[in-house]
Amino acid sequence: MKNRMNTLLKNKNSRTSLITYLVVIVAFVVTQYLYSAGSLSSSVKGYLVPICVYISLAVSLNLLVGICGELSLGHAGFMGIGAFSGIVIAALLKDTIASDALRLLCAMLGGGVIAGVVGFVIGVPVLRLRGDYLAIVTLAFGEIMKNIVGNTYAGIDKTGFHMAISTSKMPLEAGGKYIINGPLGATGIQKLATFPMGFVLVLFTLFVVLNLINSKEGRAIKAVRDNRIAAESVGINVTAFRMKAFVVSAFLAGMAGALFGLNYSSVTASKFNFNTSINILVFVVLGGMGNILGSVISATLLYVLPEALRSLEDYRMILYAIVLIVVMLCTWSPKVKEYLSVAGDKLSSLIKKKEEVGSHE
Amino acid sequence: MKKFVALLLACLMVASLFAGCGSTGSTETEAAETAAETAAPAEGETAAAENSADAPAIKIGLTGPLTGANSEYGLAVRGGMEIAVAEINAKGGLQIEFKAEDDEADGSDKAVSAYNTLKDWGMQIFAGAVTTGSALAIAAETVNDQIFMLTPSASAVDVAMTGSNVYQMCFTDPNQGASAAELMAEKWPDATIGVIYDSSDAYSSGIVDGFLAKAEELGLNVAVDNAAFTQDNKADLSTQVTQCKDAGCDLVFLPFYYTEAAQVLTYANTIGYEPTFFGCDGMDGILNVEGFDTALAEGLVLMTPFDANATDEATVSFVEQFKANNDGKVPNQFAADGYDVIYALYNACVAAGIDGNTPADEACALLQEQFATMTVDGLTGTGMTWDENGMISKAPAAVVVTDGVYVPMA
Repeated sequence: MKNRMNTLLKNKNSRTSLITYLVVIVAFVVTQYLYSAGSLSSSVKGYLVPICVYISLAVSLNLLVGICGELSLGHAGFMGIGAFSGIVIAALLKDTIASDALRLLCAMLGGGVIAGVVGFVIGVPVLRLRGDYLAIVTLAFGEIMKNIVGNTYAGIDKTGFHMAISTSKMPLEAGGKYIINGPLGATGIQKLATFPMGFVLVLFTLFVVLNLINSKEGRAIKAVRDNRIAAESVGINVTAFRMKAFVVSAFLAGMAGALFGLNYSSVTASKFNFNTSINILVFVVLGGMGNILGSVISATLLYVLPEALRSLEDYRMILYAIVLIVVMLCTWSPKVKEYLSVAGDKLSSLIKKKEEVGSHE
Repeated sequence: MKKFVALLLACLMVASLFAGCGSTGSTETEAAETAAETAAPAEGETAAAENSADAPAIKIGLTGPLTGANSEYGLAVRGGMEIAVAEINAKGGLQIEFKAEDDEADGSDKAVSAYNTLKDWGMQIFAGAVTTGSALAIAAETVNDQIFMLTPSASAVDVAMTGSNVYQMCFTDPNQGASAAELMAEKWPDATIGVIYDSSDAYSSGIVDGFLAKAEELGLNVAVDNAAFTQDNKADLSTQVTQCKDAGCDLVFLPFYYTEAAQVLTYANTIGYEPTFFGCDGMDGILNVEGFDTALAEGLVLMTPFDANATDEATVSFVEQFKANNDGKVPNQFAADGYDVIYALYNACVAAGIDGNTPADEACALLQEQFATMTVDGLTGTGMTWDENGMISKAPAAVVVTDGVYVPMA
């Protein structure tokens, strides 16, 4: 047992995974403790679930962008599919399943599966494209999804479940209720999402993504990213492995979307637009491509930042942009890296000197 | 290396500069300052004034899009509310502390964060949200927290139906559509009608739903009812205008905002198409669109509860004050709705004896009682009352653009 633990810690990949899990679990325990102690303000309480959602989205997009090397600009589209299908599923199961947590779980799984299936269908033609072309097609996909959902009407009445793209084609009987109401979005949603469930989602996402990365499949996916021709020459089925990453990423985004949808009493399709896709991509890029813990941290910080800057009123968006640029420069510029390492060296030598001085006295 | 450090420091300095601007430009501090200024002379005048000046100011919060594509509406409402707050605080007596938060017109997380921020600030009455999507997301929260909500401009029926504590200052969309149909049946009973609308916008499609239902009931001849566009393809509306022209429509209903309407009017002019155009309250503001030839709006009919050119004393002083605060911008109906909301809340608070010490849920119950029976006169209508669902009833007013100004319709 001890030996296994040692080898586990020596292996760089499993060490990073372990640290990632630890950080997330400690953060959850601390927050949950503060929550139950009642020392969180209502704004902070409001951030908890969306932070979990955005962490899952960033980690799942990192699988696609960082590990698989494909630029996707339609991640919010999958999130939206998951959100709206999750909302519909939760509403339909209202009388069948009494437990809120179980219903939420069903909605999340359903949302994930539907997003995954859509991801597969889209992936068949799209994954034959590479680079910029894939980015353009996923961008278009996100916009198409937004417009379709924005014109969808779905509702239930005594005769069952109805769905149409105009109200006149879908007269509900008396006592019927719209679940999705076209441009108004989904309204009157029963809020099911909880912070512990968000934590479970983050753990599940990390479990899936980290295990996939460190598996045989993960190495094949990375090989495809690094050199497609070399990967093909050793017999790796390029399209199949890219498809795996794409569908897993869509599935996880769908689950996160369902949790997001069920955290608010109303959600509009316009939420899942290009801006949201780019936002998630910004989390991934600033956290570091292929760096899972980086995505977790950057998603948390960058989600909270514009909220924390509220006291600046009209200027907060400008400051948010400036912070993004500064972080981007500082993390990517070789000069800054050099400067930081020199400063770090100086600091450590200073501490050493002090210690030496201290020990002489 | 030195260069970089210098650059970084410069960036930080610029950032701190912005930070400085932000905190001084804050509406909260402004309101508080006015409150302090007016509180000083009130002391020692009358006993009553002194007592109420001692009680802490009542905290009213607003969320709206203060940045981004929809900021025009949020800023207008905030501007209107600030004028009302300053006027009330200058009177002495019950004081109001006002704070606006940005919700980016988002329908879920940003709206709820903005609302939560106000809640942490200690808000007692919620005077938002500006847009329908945000209002829907927040309304459910106010029901949970039992905070009274009076929205100036979120017009969907679902908003008011969320709970018994949610009230509206504007017409609901289907109601406005129905009154448009009634007006058309009265004035142009034989017209061939075309409808252009924004299918991605809840406001626009809500009006169209109400309009089409009423039009069918009244037997109006609607030749084109599917000329829709969405927020993504509204840059060019020529197809929709041509569709109406080809169908021979001589009355075109434009239930959307004036920026797009300006495009429609301009394009119709270039192809020599001259039907009667008919707009809703979102059309108010068309005479102030930059680069738009107001001559094209000649003969345009619109239903608006507020007319910035009206000559009554309240409107004139409001328009002047708004222009002074906002670089000469003419207030639209959003600003007027915001102004009326603050006065309606103020009147109700005074009548119910609510002050800064009243807990939000008690204030909510008291205000509901007041709004059930109260009648309010404001810039957007006289004798305004609310029904049991929290929807307003006021007389719809139509105006015709004549010689570049609104003239009440005969």
